[in-house]
Amino acid sequence: MLKGYISPYNATVVQKLLDGGAVLLGKTNLDEFAMGSGSTDGVFGPVRNPWSYSRQYKEKIVPRSDSEPENSNWVITGGSSGGSAAAVSAFTCFAALGSDTGGSTRNPAAHCGVVGLKPTYGLISRHGLIPLVNSMDVPGILTRCVDDAAVVLGSLAGHDPKDSTTVQDIFQPFALPSLTDVSKLSIGIPKEYHAPGLSSEILAVWSKAADLFKNAGAKVVEVSLPHTHYSIVCYHVLCTAEVASNMARFDGLEYGHRSDMNKSTESMYAATRREGFSDVVRGRILSGNYFLLKQNYEDYFVKAQKVRRLIANDFVKVFGSGVDILLTPTTLSDAVPYVEFIKEDNRTRSTQDDILTQAANMAGLPAVNVPTALSGRGLPIGLQFIGRSFQEKQLLTVAKWFEKQEMKYLLCIQILQISGYTHHQKDEFQTSSGERC
Amino acid sequence: MAARGCGGVWCRVLQRGPGGSCSASRPRRAVACNARGGAVPLGQSGLAPWAAVVGLEIHAQITSNSKLFSGSQVQFAAPPNSLVSFFDASLPGTLPVLNRRCVEATVMTGLALNCTINKKSLFDRKHYFYADLPAGYQITQQRVPIAVNGSLSYSLCKDNKMSQMVTKTVRIKQIQLEQDSGKSLHDDARSQTLIDLNRAGVGLMEVVMEPDMCCGEEAAAAVRELQLILQTLGSSQAIMAEGQLRVDANISVHHPGEPYGVRTEVKNINSIRFLAKAVDYEIQRQIKELENGGTVLNETRAFDSKLGCTVPMRDKEGKQDYRFMPEPNLPPLILYDAKSLPANVNHQQVVNIDWIHERLPDLPSVKRAKLVELYGILPEHSFTLVNEDGLMDFFEDVVKQTQMKPKKVIGWILSDLLSHLKQHSLTAKESPISSFLLADLLNLLENGDISSSAAKQQWAEMLDGLRAERAIYTQRQMKCSTWSGGERIAVVETDPTRSASRVDGVFEELWKGEGKTPLEIVKEKQLELIQDQEELEQICQAVIDEREKEVMAIKGGNEKVINKLIGLVRKATRGRANPLLVKQILEKKLSE
Repeated sequence: MLKGYISPYNATVVQKLLDGGAVLLGKTNLDEFAMGSGSTDGVFGPVRNPWSYSRQYKEKIVPRSDSEPENSNWVITGGSSGGSAAAVSAFTCFAALGSDTGGSTRNPAAHCGVVGLKPTYGLISRHGLIPLVNSMDVPGILTRCVDDAAVVLGSLAGHDPKDSTTVQDIFQPFALPSLTDVSKLSIGIPKEYHAPGLSSEILAVWSKAADLFKNAGAKVVEVSLPHTHYSIVCYHVLCTAEVASNMARFDGLEYGHRSDMNKSTESMYAATRREGFSDVVRGRILSGNYFLLKQNYEDYFVKAQKVRRLIANDFVKVFGSGVDILLTPTTLSDAVPYVEFIKEDNRTRSTQDDILTQAANMAGLPAVNVPTALSGRGLPIGLQFIGRSFQEKQLLTVAKWFEKQEMKYLLCIQILQISGYTHHQKDEFQTSSGERC
Repeated sequence: MAARGCGGVWCRVLQRGPGGSCSASRPRRAVACNARGGAVPLGQSGLAPWAAVVGLEIHAQITSNSKLFSGSQVQFAAPPNSLVSFFDASLPGTLPVLNRRCVEATVMTGLALNCTINKKSLFDRKHYFYADLPAGYQITQQRVPIAVNGSLSYSLCKDNKMSQMVTKTVRIKQIQLEQDSGKSLHDDARSQTLIDLNRAGVGLMEVVMEPDMCCGEEAAAAVRELQLILQTLGSSQAIMAEGQLRVDANISVHHPGEPYGVRTEVKNINSIRFLAKAVDYEIQRQIKELENGGTVLNETRAFDSKLGCTVPMRDKEGKQDYRFMPEPNLPPLILYDAKSLPANVNHQQVVNIDWIHERLPDLPSVKRAKLVELYGILPEHSFTLVNEDGLMDFFEDVVKQTQMKPKKVIGWILSDLLSHLKQHSLTAKESPISSFLLADLLNLLENGDISSSAAKQQWAEMLDGLRAERAIYTQRQMKCSTWSGGERIAVVETDPTRSASRVDGVFEELWKGEGKTPLEIVKEKQLELIQDQEELEQICQAVIDEREKEVMAIKGGNEKVINKLIGLVRKATRGRANPLLVKQILEKKLSE
């Protein structure tokens, strides 16, 4: 639909980076209109996870049959901002921007072994971000370590007169303190995140991380977010409704693809949208319009909004009870091979893959994926920290402490084992991230 | 039902043919409309009267520098697509930013219409595909608008008599803020549609009036009053010809006591006159349809001003589901009053209802009452002064500059100035005679320097000069240098060409802007009252000598005949004689 379209203006986040002296290297691939969880449904083809080519993954993978070419085992990046995660993971850049509506920054960050920060809704301007679900979209930040994420956040956050949903409060950029004492922290472990389909490997990493906090003196408590189960179905209604609305502008008149059909304006619309949108996008538009019909509005949209409120209230209650940070897995498993992933359709995949990340968007809370360990197959596993609204500093401080622990060391060693990277590239990596990694 | 409407109900003409009329007690408008309906067979309902129900939705473009949600300029008749921002063209990633001025204008309007202002209002998206709606949805306020539950009082004259004004009230359901659409131009010959997005995104106030009206005249009067209020507030220029005020009328008919009938909507009426016509036509059409055993369809119609009738609109066939949903890019609009205003708040960021309330200008109804009280003029005159564009200011300016009593000034303004202005389709602001000049003229009159007939004559000359403007140059050569009194009379009364040429003198001077005052003109034209007693006596004597018959009658006891002689003297002096003085002289001479 937008093939060849070049925006005549810069997004606020892009402009802020340029103003801050950043060098823009390029644009990254993603699922069309950010609709997907694998970065496999984009017009430029699927995004390949750099870790597919790491020495340890290659060593550990067992070829299914001799006839299969060697490179058919590559794994997906997750999505929708898979291109951004891959770019950071493959050391092509210092940081990348994504968008996060249901987990689109954190999910690929987990699969690609990088830090993925979804800030609080309203902290970073959405001006210039093509909307998926306006009420949940947030520009996401992908970096290799938590400190870098804080640096990028510092240059992006703050009120934008062009986005009325950004908060008026002045944002003070911060450097993260090195936490030495976590004994005053209360870490919540939401039991609902022990979801069906959670791999035992990830469960083990999650438990280990909880123990790590406990052993360091933090208070680790099991908490309940009882409405989590309804999150995905609720999200599906709200998402498709807003998609249907947001996609109405793509009619071929002002910009983008326009069909040759010229029998009437209406037939031109229909042909343009038929030709320009993928099946996934069209499916969401159709269901969204169905939910918004007068006869269905109360039964679907209004109910979904009420459920959303309940989900948000779950978090309010938990944080109100004294919990500072929630610790959860980011994904159910490590990245799956592309050939496996496409066996299920986009909707099923999105439903499964967003399950652990999505509620934070419903509640507008800040959340960050921190690379934690490598799976048995040699692929990254990440854990998610969810913080209080606008408490990015606290969230990232805790994430940094966690990153610094033993697992992080292991991860960095593993990163450097990615095959195909020369010593020269290693040097570059070190200069970009300094000693922190 | 009795409380509303044109003071009555609608009825059909019963087999009387064109020009037939209902009973005398029925309103004139209804009769006229019925007459237009022509001869129609008696319907099933027989004599049962019909009542019409009319509700209005009025879109008023907000007067603001920039659009409702973008920084594009608002300007009428700019080159196509020259006032379009990225947001107006719905480029991906653009977001709406609410224009504070539009909010204030709407709050102001809500307060002027006695509405409750919602401290929290919401924006919604209304979806439909149309080429001049780039985003595929309009941002409006469907659920919680800025202002609700107001009322508008308006007056109209009964039976077209200025002296019988009745005041009515229509309830205002709500006033909502929304975006205007662009404009489509269909080129049928080349089968293409051209789109101009200059208007896309301009701020609109939609004023929804409850169906409290019952005829075209009422609807027209209500809209005119609203227009005056908007113009007084400055919230909208409300110029209908420029599309700044557009009216949709919902119309149905029923028998009183029964539920409302099926309604039709006549859309986009762009003149008050057409509104009255469209509503009345639609009422008649529906009655006719029902009386002939037909049904009224719930449809959208348009008014064809050339044919004077309403026709179904084809492009809006079928029921649209607008799939409303909350606008997620705009937080709820919070308004404050003095009590709720938070401390330490940036005043640029908030709208304070009380602050706006305190600064509301005098509304038309207050202006009228003040005019009546201050100047002792009749209420119906105050209506004309306020309802005619700029006339009130003109009147007040004249009053300030003359010793003449306002009660007398109003006569000059309404019967002389206004009728001449209307003849030339001018507004008071465009009057060729400034308030200063008129005041000067009235002062001459008031001081007894000229007679009222001379003043009127001069007045007429001042205004006629407008018409003669073109002729001035060709007739300049004809200007006579000197006229004797007798000739002059003849010229003025019998020879329009020469009178025009004489008028030239006055007007040329006035239009040249050389600052000639009426006094100077009067002197130049020798229009001042004849102060010379001797001269006047000579003229009187001449009249007496010529009119033996009348003199005999007077001397025979028929004293009324003296008025005829007075008239003759006035004629002879071209109104330059003081009638009282003339009477004295004549009486004296006749009694000699």
